[in-house]
Amino acid sequence: MHYIFEPGFFGSGPVHVALAVGAVIAITSAVVGVFTVIRGQSFAGHSLADIATTGGSGAFLVGVNQFWGFLAFGAGAAAFMEMIGVQRRRSRDVATGVVLGAALGLAALFLYLATQSTSTTGASFTILFGSIFVITTSTIPALIASAVLALATVLVLARVLLLSSLSSDIAAARGVPVRAVGAAFLMALAVSVALSAVIIGAVLSTALLIGPAATALRLARSPVKAVITAAGVGVLAIWLGVVLAYDSYYWPPAGRGWPVSFFVVTLIVVGYLLTFLRRRDRQPAPADTLDREHACSPA
Amino acid sequence: MLNTWIAGTVVAVIAGVTGFFAVLRGSTFAAHAIPNGAFAGAAGATLLGFNPLAGLAVFSVAGALGIAGLSRRARNDVATALTLVMMLGVGALFVSWSTEYAQEAYSLLFGEVFGVSTDEVLPIVILGAVSIAAIIVMFRPLLLSSALPEVAEARGVSARRMELGFLLVMALATSMTVPVVGALLMFSLMIGPSAAARSLTARPVLAMTLAVVIALVTVWAGIVVSYESNWPLGFLVGVLGAAFFLAGRAYRAAAIRFRPRVA
Amino acid sequence: MSEDLLRLENVSVRLGGREILKDVSFGIRPGQFTGLIGPNGAGKTTLLRVILGLQPVTSGEVLLDGAPRPHRDSSIGYVPQKLTIEPDMPLRVRDVVSLGLDGQKFGIRLPSRARRERVSDMLTAVGAQGYADARVGELSGGEQQRVMIAHALISGPRLLLLDEPLANLDISSEQGIVSVLGRLARTEHVAVLLSAHDMNPLMPVMDRIVYVAAGRVAVGDTDEVVQPEVLSRLYGRHVDVIRVHGRILVVAAPEGVDAAEAAAEDAGVIR
Repeated sequence: MHYIFEPGFFGSGPVHVALAVGAVIAITSAVVGVFTVIRGQSFAGHSLADIATTGGSGAFLVGVNQFWGFLAFGAGAAAFMEMIGVQRRRSRDVATGVVLGAALGLAALFLYLATQSTSTTGASFTILFGSIFVITTSTIPALIASAVLALATVLVLARVLLLSSLSSDIAAARGVPVRAVGAAFLMALAVSVALSAVIIGAVLSTALLIGPAATALRLARSPVKAVITAAGVGVLAIWLGVVLAYDSYYWPPAGRGWPVSFFVVTLIVVGYLLTFLRRRDRQPAPADTLDREHACSPA
Repeated sequence: MLNTWIAGTVVAVIAGVTGFFAVLRGSTFAAHAIPNGAFAGAAGATLLGFNPLAGLAVFSVAGALGIAGLSRRARNDVATALTLVMMLGVGALFVSWSTEYAQEAYSLLFGEVFGVSTDEVLPIVILGAVSIAAIIVMFRPLLLSSALPEVAEARGVSARRMELGFLLVMALATSMTVPVVGALLMFSLMIGPSAAARSLTARPVLAMTLAVVIALVTVWAGIVVSYESNWPLGFLVGVLGAAFFLAGRAYRAAAIRFRPRVA
Repeated sequence: MSEDLLRLENVSVRLGGREILKDVSFGIRPGQFTGLIGPNGAGKTTLLRVILGLQPVTSGEVLLDGAPRPHRDSSIGYVPQKLTIEPDMPLRVRDVVSLGLDGQKFGIRLPSRARRERVSDMLTAVGAQGYADARVGELSGGEQQRVMIAHALISGPRLLLLDEPLANLDISSEQGIVSVLGRLARTEHVAVLLSAHDMNPLMPVMDRIVYVAAGRVAVGDTDEVVQPEVLSRLYGRHVDVIRVHGRILVVAAPEGVDAAEAAAEDAGVIR
């Protein structure tokens, strides 16, 4: 047993927090991620994460815990994206991309201004790549509450989201407020992204959002099974990541340990690729490879 | 300073040309993912003592291959997301191992146009010329495949091969532009000006030319303001790109509203 | 027409500077099977969207049971034109049909045997029970069509709208869908309004026809409506109707044919 778990693992306070909070956030992210993938909003999810980076840098500049920065900017960006809210997916992606570009520019500015005032190299790393072992204890209630809120929102909207993904026209004809539902989902997505940014960094939170979901969608046929599988994969990835990161303090290069985010991402991607080993019926090619709308007309 | 202007100009032209196709094909996410992944490669290269440009090139090509490969069995955006995070995860590892990497990481992410040395300019110009030549050679089949993929297939133009070819050109373009405008912002330069150009006209060659022009204006204005204020070029590129995009959208909305009534 | 289930009164729709529908009026009685026939671009999809409440009208009214259409409405079932469903969509066929019952509701609901049985019955009725556990994204066009019909019918609507359901099907799938629809319309007592650009596959099941061309409609029995004079007036140019081997073909006259001359010729043609 002590070959896997290095001494002190089970007694360590930060480890307990990492495992518990990490699990809650992983579950939230995975469940939100299932619907994100179904709705084809993976790019929006990633953009919100990068925009959260800006928020984190801004928060750091102002001296506030980065979670609030992630949350504020993520939610603000989600609202803005919803306002730009174009129907056609292609135009939506371009609009998202432009918002992302502007936000990243702002991040550049914040980080630059930060370097003028203090030595911030460590802070940049934390914002970008996460800090699961140094979660500020005072933020834990807020983290858990936000996770529960995001999760509850998505579960309450689950049927409506599925119907809208099947056909937004059918949903609208049955009286579903499609636009409002989309906005609510985007907010839940922003919150979920902010949460996973805290533990594995803004830049990599997409892995926790998309990875378990994509894996689950390859394995499960029904919505319930997909959500449960995704949550399971997410928790497994975080826990194994925490174990490996803790152990890696004893690996070369000496004394610093490898980042948790690296382990989590690698585990998730490897897990996803493993699903391709299953011999199952050949799936037809993804529909969106040939999805070209009137590409030559002005966007 | 001359180096800066040359590098900036080449980057803008590349961004306009590749960005036009990226927007046309809806490859916005890939346009973001490939430069970002390339950053991880640069980190690794520096760590191992190699020229960061080599790392950029290897990882951006790996990214292109990864996205193209996974897209055959998974959704395009999922393939892009997973390829991206894998490369970034490795990048995180490299960055954590090296102790004095932070400044270099910052400039690779956000650009360091004023630090371009003379021996960096030459590869940039050469790679730029190669990318543009590649696009010109591929122009007609790529345009057809982007706009009407079924027609293109019927004429023997494979959508998959065009996708891979385009991603590889984007990888190549990325690997030499990232040191100038930065990984995170190369993408703004590709998307903003091209999206603005498409709001103004539907004709392909005109749109591409406009994209290049707008990108040039963005970079030149950015260089001037950045030089004066010391603010990062990436910030100006991001904001200007967004401004042009919104201007294009406003023009489009006005054009539709005041369109002469069809009898 | 107070016994009309659905009634359109002088509906006009203007979009992007063009008049898509001009002064359209017709009614549908309970249980009636109506074909909405017309060439592409005539306004069929717009008409269906107006009835569903997805497209606002520029003028005119849409009445359900004599009253303006309510916002949340489950008395109209809808089968859109081909849906693009990704292969990784985590919905089995039975999940899709189940969404037909309550997909528009918020909140979580627990599974129930009664619901499961109702879904199975519906699946059997459309002939889809053989692939009830398959992923909906992996079905063929004809299979998906049956599933969406089951989805639309399970909540017990009184009117079923289908947008070009036969458009992407091969002949045998086409015939299968038509017979399923005809049978279900009778057993479920559902009125059907189905759009198509070719009326021939529908002849066995259609009670009447609403012919749409250039934004206007002609309503009545097939024999009344599909006549050169009626259709020429609708199209605004000379149109020939050719009947051969029990099939009907509507053909626009070539350019340069004088309408009056052609009509005079028609008068002398032996049918």
